[in-house]
Amino acid sequence: MEFDLPLIWAAIIAFAILAYVSLDGFDLGVGIMFPFMPEKSGHRDAMMNSVAPIWDGNETWLVLGGGGLLAVFPLAYAVVLPALYVPIIAMLLGLIFRGVAFEFRWRASEERRIWWDRSFAFGSLLAAFAQGICLGALIQGIEVADRSYAGGRLDWLTPFSILTGISLVVGYVLLGSTWLVMKTEGELQTFARKFAMISGILTLALIGVVSLATPFLDAEYHHRWFEGGNLIFSIIVPFLLTICAGVLFLGLKRHHDIRPFFAAHGIFLLCYIGIGISFYPRMVPPDLTIWAAAAPDKSLHFLLVGTVFLVPIILAYTIYSYWVFRGKVDESGGYH
Amino acid sequence: MFDISALDLARMQFAFTVSFHIIFPAFSIGLASFLAVLEGLWLLKKDDTYMQVFNYWKVIFAVGFGMGVVSGIVMAYQFGTNWSVFSDKAGPVIGPLMGYEVMSAFFLEAGFLGVMLFGQKRVGPRLHFFATLMVAAGTLFSAFWILSVNSWMQTPTGHTINAAGQFVPDVWFNVIFNPSFPYRFVHMVLAAYLTTAFVVGAVGAFHLLKDKTNKNARLMFSMAMWMAAIVTPIQMVAGDQQGLNTLEHQPAKIAAIEGHYNNVTGAPLVLFGIPDNETGELLYSIEIPRLGSLILTHTWDGELQGLNAFPKEDWPNTFLIFWSFRIMVGMGVIMLIVGLWSLMRRFQERLYDDPWLARAAVAVGPAGFVAVLCGWITTEAGRQPWTIYGLLRTAESASPLNGVEVGGTLLAFIVVYFTLFGTGVYYMLKLMAKPPLIGTEDQTTSFKRASGMTGAPSTLDRLDN
Ligand code: HDD
Ligand code: HEM
Ligand code: HEM
Repeated sequence: MEFDLPLIWAAIIAFAILAYVSLDGFDLGVGIMFPFMPEKSGHRDAMMNSVAPIWDGNETWLVLGGGGLLAVFPLAYAVVLPALYVPIIAMLLGLIFRGVAFEFRWRASEERRIWWDRSFAFGSLLAAFAQGICLGALIQGIEVADRSYAGGRLDWLTPFSILTGISLVVGYVLLGSTWLVMKTEGELQTFARKFAMISGILTLALIGVVSLATPFLDAEYHHRWFEGGNLIFSIIVPFLLTICAGVLFLGLKRHHDIRPFFAAHGIFLLCYIGIGISFYPRMVPPDLTIWAAAAPDKSLHFLLVGTVFLVPIILAYTIYSYWVFRGKVDESGGYH
Repeated sequence: MFDISALDLARMQFAFTVSFHIIFPAFSIGLASFLAVLEGLWLLKKDDTYMQVFNYWKVIFAVGFGMGVVSGIVMAYQFGTNWSVFSDKAGPVIGPLMGYEVMSAFFLEAGFLGVMLFGQKRVGPRLHFFATLMVAAGTLFSAFWILSVNSWMQTPTGHTINAAGQFVPDVWFNVIFNPSFPYRFVHMVLAAYLTTAFVVGAVGAFHLLKDKTNKNARLMFSMAMWMAAIVTPIQMVAGDQQGLNTLEHQPAKIAAIEGHYNNVTGAPLVLFGIPDNETGELLYSIEIPRLGSLILTHTWDGELQGLNAFPKEDWPNTFLIFWSFRIMVGMGVIMLIVGLWSLMRRFQERLYDDPWLARAAVAVGPAGFVAVLCGWITTEAGRQPWTIYGLLRTAESASPLNGVEVGGTLLAFIVVYFTLFGTGVYYMLKLMAKPPLIGTEDQTTSFKRASGMTGAPSTLDRLDN
């Protein structure tokens, strides 16, 4: 049997990016919510402790997405990164600001700690917004000529990409707040629940706006969504979205701890599938297909052998480490 | 922007970000192994000294590791942002190796780091030790893959070139185990161990100077000085072997390191001088006759090629690598002296009683970082003007960017790195300045104190500055 290696790899990369968005999404969201929690309450400690043992693993999916792209779709990597130069570097700097805060916060004197709170919040916000901009710019399409980026230097900056930037920030807050609903108790949980309610409503509204705007960007998207077999998806996806939204809001109302978190992830997954349908079979819209961007089979094959073994092992110990830190975080003692 | 081209700015940006990055791995690789050894010894001997030293360094490790991770994520994207043509062409060969690095190393480190730092109360001692071991193994796997990538760029083998100008893997074994890889891997891992050893030694010595009887400081100092005495000579042999390998594959680099412009038989060893590419002369040189040939060809009158044997457009920056090489070797010599000195005192049973040895150990604490940076500058600047040696020029590797963007982001990197990582290094130094307390408290409280990061720390843990 002949495998379509580029297609398999497109699925694996899509999985890595989805894993990144769902996992780092909630810990970025926790960071964005930081300034809204009064400094003196002590709840910020619990917020940070809830993600401290796992954020590094979450962020590694981003490295797999980027590194994997270089390995199996080098042309896409070589075209997209220069095209999105400024937002990518902004994202990287944002990740630095928040990444160092996890440790530095405990090392600073009482008076200076506030600076690391700010660094954590600012970095999370910047990274999330920049990722949203990148997403919007990709949906708009990237011009390629002669194996190289051929568009203007500011093509990434449009009202649409700013809209997707804001949407991703709000969406991450939804993920982060439902995470806190699951991991905390008392006053902090009440606060998180309120945030989840508001960000949930906003997320759904923004999904609506982005979905309405997308088909107007490019006739191709219109075509993909409303014609042929995809029409079924175009109906099923919103239907499932409604169910997830129902579970989310009911769960929040009835004080379920865990359901809202998974419902929020369901919403993300469905949006992701929607975007996937719009892209397929292209790697980089409007012209670069999965097969044109792929590395030679020998590269794809070599890495696939290891991936088939290693990714299940990675998933196993990732689940194990979440398991070790299961349950509610305790505010004063963290993980003792 | 002014007179600097976007290409030069892109090179400066890459050199700046990677030079900052390597400082942290050089320390994490060594420290992770050190921590694993300490915890292993504690499990074996049940002596609390080991656990106290483990907890002391664990906090410092966490701070350094965090900076290694975030500066490393930048590197993973710099290939595409700054060298997109290189990425398109070399991606099929180097990409899968870096993919293996992510899957076999980065996930391993990140997955078990949480358990190692925060899990002492949640898993048993054996599982905890296992987590520490996995973190240490992760750092070594990471070095394995990334050095394989870098070595392939220095001495490319095992590939073909296709119609689109892409490098296509042919024999993976030859790609991974390319001719310079074994040498570079050994030399770099030893460099990381030495770097850590001298930092640990400096901290031990610093506290010994205040209190000779501190058990924990003694343990640190003694372990570090064993490393210094044993590993430094091995590192010198490894470096010599690597030089021979480089002579075989990159003779122009060696000519520049040695400061030879003309072919010479019975070449001298140039200790110092000022190489001038304009005139093609080595000015003000101090030389030892014939030693150069002896070291590199192992005969008294072996012939060495000079730079003039190569086209001038293929010359590296001779002045830079001539000097960076000498600084690295100089650091090695200083390390050797300290190592031998400690060995002598140890046999006299006065290891902890010589204040001058302790002061010297404090002074050479940063030597490893200097040597690592200078070594990498020699290796990388010596590869110029190629990104893939002999096959793809740096000038042909760059992304289609303009100077304003690259210059602007370079400036942002410089400001952010110096303020954030500068503060981080300051916090690390503050932690190292705290005396390693000996166990009056029981295990639990000492663990809690040392791992303040895991929750609202006790006041003891907060640095009062
Ligand atoms: C000899 C070792 C060595 C060298 C030469 C490099 N690195 Fe590194 N890197 C490591 C050794 C290491 C490490 C020991 O594995 C680190 C350091 C601390 C850490 O967190 O992991 C790391 C972290 C690290 C990370 C974050 C991993 C994570 O998410 O946990 C990335 C993406 C990179 N590196 C990428 C690079 C790139 C693209 C390099 C080349 C330019 C590079 N590193 C040079
Ligand atoms: C191990 C993985 C590494 C890879 C794959 C790598 C790759 C590269 C690449 C692609 C460039 C750009 C071409 C250019 O020089 O202009 C470069 C330049 C450079 N790299 Fe590395 N590098 C690695 C590690 C390091 C490390 C750890 C250092 C530490 C100091 C370093 C120091 C430099 C310097 C100083 C330059 C600029 C040289 C010049 O412009 O003359 N490299 N490297
Ligand atoms: C004193 C004897 C030493 C000799 C003869 C020596 C030799 C060399 C040579 C020839 C290179 C360049 C290899 C190339 O470009 O292909 C190199 C690189 C390097 N050296 Fe050394 N070295 C010595 C000591 C040290 C010490 C003490 C350290 C650090 C603690 C160190 C760290 C490095 C590093 C990090 C590199 C760059 C990575 C690599 O190419 O392996 N060296 N060394």
